Amino acid sequence: MNPGRCAACRYLRRRCAEDCILSPYFPYNDPQRFVSVHKIHGASNVTKLLQQLPTHLRAKAADSLYFEAQCRVEDPVYGCVGLIFLLQQQIHSAESELAKTQAEIAVLKSQAQHTQAQPFEAESDVNNLLQEQLDNIANVSFSNQASSGFIN
Amino acid sequence: MGCSSPCASCKLLRRRCTKDCIFAPYFPSDDPYKFAIVHKVFGASNVSKMLQELPVHQRADAVSSLAYEANARVRDPVYGCVGAISFLQNQVSQLQMQLAVAQNEILCIQMQQESAWPTLIDHQQDDKSFLLATNNLDNISQYLNFASSSNVIQDAALKRESFWT
Repeated sequence: MNPGRCAACRYLRRRCAEDCILSPYFPYNDPQRFVSVHKIHGASNVTKLLQQLPTHLRAKAADSLYFEAQCRVEDPVYGCVGLIFLLQQQIHSAESELAKTQAEIAVLKSQAQHTQAQPFEAESDVNNLLQEQLDNIANVSFSNQASSGFIN
Repeated sequence: MGCSSPCASCKLLRRRCTKDCIFAPYFPSDDPYKFAIVHKVFGASNVSKMLQELPVHQRADAVSSLAYEANARVRDPVYGCVGAISFLQNQVSQLQMQLAVAQNEILCIQMQQESAWPTLIDHQQDDKSFLLATNNLDNISQYLNFASSSNVIQDAALKRESFWT
C-alpha cells in the first residue's frame, strides 16, 4: 500500500505515478472531492480535460469541475444551472427595484425644486398684498384731501 | 412498418438502439451535437446512471441542464458554467450596491424636506396672518410705520435665503 497516493488513485485503486496528472488537484486528504468529480464527470473525462489545458490553468479547472459536481450532487435535475436561473431572477428583481427607486428619487427631487420656488412666490404674494393695501390707503387719503380741498 | 433510426447516443456509441433506450427520448438522431458534448463532458455511463436515478418527468429538464453545462464547458474549458455564475454574482452585487445608494438618497431627500417644511411654513404664516389681522387703516398705517423703519419683508426673505444656502 502506497501511502503517497493521491485521492484519485486511491479511489481507482491504482498506482499513483510521479507524474500523475490528477495528483496536484485531488490530494489524499480530501477524498470526497474526487468522489464527487468522478461521480459526475468521470476520471477519464477529467484527465482528458486537464491534459488539454496548460499547467497554470489546471488548478482552476479542477476547482470549477468540483464546484459543478457538488451542485449536481445537491441538485441532480438542474445542477449549477439552477444557480444561474436563481441569479438571473435576482438580477431582474434588483433591476426592477432600482428603476422604481430611481423614479421615486426623480419625483422627490422635482417636489423639492417646487418647494424651493415657493418661498419666492410667497414673498411676492406678500408684496402684492402690501401694495394693494398701500393703494387703498393712497386712494382714501387722496379722496380726503380732495374733499377737504373742495370744501376749502 | 419501418424501423426507427437509432438515437444520437446509440449512433455515436455504435450500438443497437433498443425500444427502452434511456437516451432515445432526449437525444434524437437529428441533433448529434447535443449528445456528443454531453458524452465528452460527463460520459454516457454517468449520464445513464443520473437519468436512471431520476423520475421520468424530471429527466428532460436534467438532460437540458446537462447539455447547457456541457456546452459551457466546451466553450470555456477552464471555468465552464462557473464563469457565468461569477459574472452574474458580480452583477447582483453591483445592482444591490446601486440600490442601497439610491435608497440612501431617498432618505436624505426626505430628511431635507422634513427639516425644511416647518421653518418655511412658520415664516409664511407669520407674514400672512399678520397682514390678515391688520384689516383696518389704523393698523395698516401702524404697519407701514413699522415697515419703513425696519424692512420686515426684507428680513424675512433673508432668513429664508440663509436657510436654503
